[in-house]
Amino acid sequence: MTKYKMHLLVCGGTGCRASASDAITENLKQSLQDNNLQDEVQVIMTGCFGFCEKGPIVKILPDNTFYTEVKPEDTEEIVKEHIVKGRKIDRLLYTDPDKGETIRDSKDMGFYKKQIRIALKNCGFIDPENIDEYIARDGYFALGTVLREMSQEDVINQIKESGLRGRGGGGFPAGIKWDFAYKNKAEQKYVVCNADEGDPGAFMDRSILEGDPHSVLEAMAICGYATGASKGLIYIRAEYPLAIKRLKIAIKQAREYGLLGEKIFDSDFDFDVQLRYGAGAFVCGEETALIHSMEGERGEPTFKPPFPAESGYLGKPTNVNNVETYANVPVIINKGADWFNKIGSEKSTGTKVFALAGKVNNVGLVEVPMGITLREVIFEIGGGIKDGKKFKAVQTGGPSGGCLTEEHLDTPIDFDNLLAVGSMMGSGGMIVMDEDDCMVSVAKFFLEFTVEESCGKCSPCRIGTKRLHELLERITQGKAEMKELQRLKNMCNVIADTALCGLGQTAPSPVVSTMKNFWDEYVAHVEDQRCPAGACKDLKRYEIIPENCVGCTACARKCPVGAITGERKQVHEIDQEKCIKCGACLTACKFDAVIVK
Amino acid sequence: MGKIKSLDDLKKRKENLHKNVDLRERAEDAESYVQIKVGMATSGIASGAKEIMDFLIETLEKRNIEAVVTQAGDMGYSFAEPTIEVTKPGEEPVVFGYVDKKKADEIIERYIKRGELVDGIIPQNYRTIDDE
Repeated sequence: MTKYKMHLLVCGGTGCRASASDAITENLKQSLQDNNLQDEVQVIMTGCFGFCEKGPIVKILPDNTFYTEVKPEDTEEIVKEHIVKGRKIDRLLYTDPDKGETIRDSKDMGFYKKQIRIALKNCGFIDPENIDEYIARDGYFALGTVLREMSQEDVINQIKESGLRGRGGGGFPAGIKWDFAYKNKAEQKYVVCNADEGDPGAFMDRSILEGDPHSVLEAMAICGYATGASKGLIYIRAEYPLAIKRLKIAIKQAREYGLLGEKIFDSDFDFDVQLRYGAGAFVCGEETALIHSMEGERGEPTFKPPFPAESGYLGKPTNVNNVETYANVPVIINKGADWFNKIGSEKSTGTKVFALAGKVNNVGLVEVPMGITLREVIFEIGGGIKDGKKFKAVQTGGPSGGCLTEEHLDTPIDFDNLLAVGSMMGSGGMIVMDEDDCMVSVAKFFLEFTVEESCGKCSPCRIGTKRLHELLERITQGKAEMKELQRLKNMCNVIADTALCGLGQTAPSPVVSTMKNFWDEYVAHVEDQRCPAGACKDLKRYEIIPENCVGCTACARKCPVGAITGERKQVHEIDQEKCIKCGACLTACKFDAVIVK
Repeated sequence: MGKIKSLDDLKKRKENLHKNVDLRERAEDAESYVQIKVGMATSGIASGAKEIMDFLIETLEKRNIEAVVTQAGDMGYSFAEPTIEVTKPGEEPVVFGYVDKKKADEIIERYIKRGELVDGIIPQNYRTIDDE
């Protein structure tokens, strides 16, 4: 086997592939061949590096060079300059946004410094389509150890001791869940992986499946052994074609190696995994709805109990965990529960993957120890707010969560602390907002999502969220009265108390938390018909300052509805009745005479 | 490839496969390994730096020394090419000039393995902006 001197890792996550990382890989291989280096330098397409802001990423090892925003036409230069002559290409290196210096060694990047990678340990490191690379990184050792050396109780106890909690939303202890499924006797049990990631902005589960699919398969087999299940099902949305493709390859390879199938590791344990596709409904992330969808029924939740551990898929005991939860399991078995529970905070052990999005410099995927503060995540790893604007709030937990403000920046992030301040962990979406974002509109945005995703089974959710959305709409249009704010509050309480499943119960959370933290903004919309952030279009008012106006007619010529009148070299005026608030006059004026209020 | 039947089976397979990724693993934590930079500018290549780099990688692996061998640009000692810079964990880097295979062998055996000094060291008599 050839020993390569250098490895070129090209990001093959969905984000970077959308920016032509396939072509980059092909071109690199071609350039290497042109220079007769194909036996010395290996090109590997990996999973997501997490640094999606600056993709496509090409990382060169062993000299730890991190090239960002690479284009297919840059590959020849990379080969000729860097690989042949050993000169790093400055213009492709990552530049530190604070200091303006290029970073020559990826270890010095602030983005990676505070991260601890457990669930993402192989993402951006191995070729996800090659089981050998996974095995070279201790892959399937945990499964072998479990099958040959541990009893079912041993495994469950180890997961319990590790303190691992479900990463999909609620944070229920995984070990206790496994124990329920184990104790319910039945001839056939099931292990289900919930890959129906639906929070807007969250993509950690997709990235794990795309970057390290075997870790999930291995963990499901371990769970199957511990709970006594011989069949595994992955419920994945059809909107994730790349993850599906890589899972299929992984399942095929694992079967060929005898790591899935009958008598795994020569034991009496049989286990196989199949895929089930979902149509991408948010409610199907709820475990009972997910199971119904897999059974071919409507994707609607049912009342719990009975829990899936008693009566789940086809009425049999079923353990449901999400992708990220499973991805932690092999590491816990290999390194021990004590190693794991020392990371993170006391009641939330280990790490959590967050999808940083919104008005933050480094948009991407980060894995950090629990108990880290929001400030560290947003300002140190995330590199602060875009364009030097001021931080306003961050929404965690997606449409079920709430927003956190400046005063929460130093709160350690874990399951319980986030609940205590009126938000939740959810699956780990983190949407950062700056001073230009209107919090009423943010709440409206999330409600729009829940209205669309409500399955319609129970009336508090079906009708209630619709009414909430209508009220918010009236507020952002400046039509609401103060007593309607009170109605909004009451309705939130009723929906939270009476909805059938988690989707409905948490749907009012964005409204509740923005009302709590940004009450003034709600009042300004109602009493002054004013949007303090200047984001609500209906409340905008464009005016011309007479002192600055020179009567150049530039604005009048640009106005699409003829709302601006005035003679040449005379002060112009905007007819508020006609104005559609498009902002064309603002960009047209060269004398700062048009202002927006 | 056949089926994996036991943990030993898996272990053996992992050992064979590990060299595919060990370069990547070491790079993550390069300071704990012997790091060697080979000057690979035009003058270095013309004097045989490429062969020396291959020789170093092969020999280090044969002798079970875990090292990170990278190529660097011109180090400025064009009179003494090929030049290599060796950094042992926790020690200052040392630059050797006129490195041929025999010299490279000596550097591995005597300097890297036993910590003895070897002829051919180019004293570092300049400062870089990083030192300021």
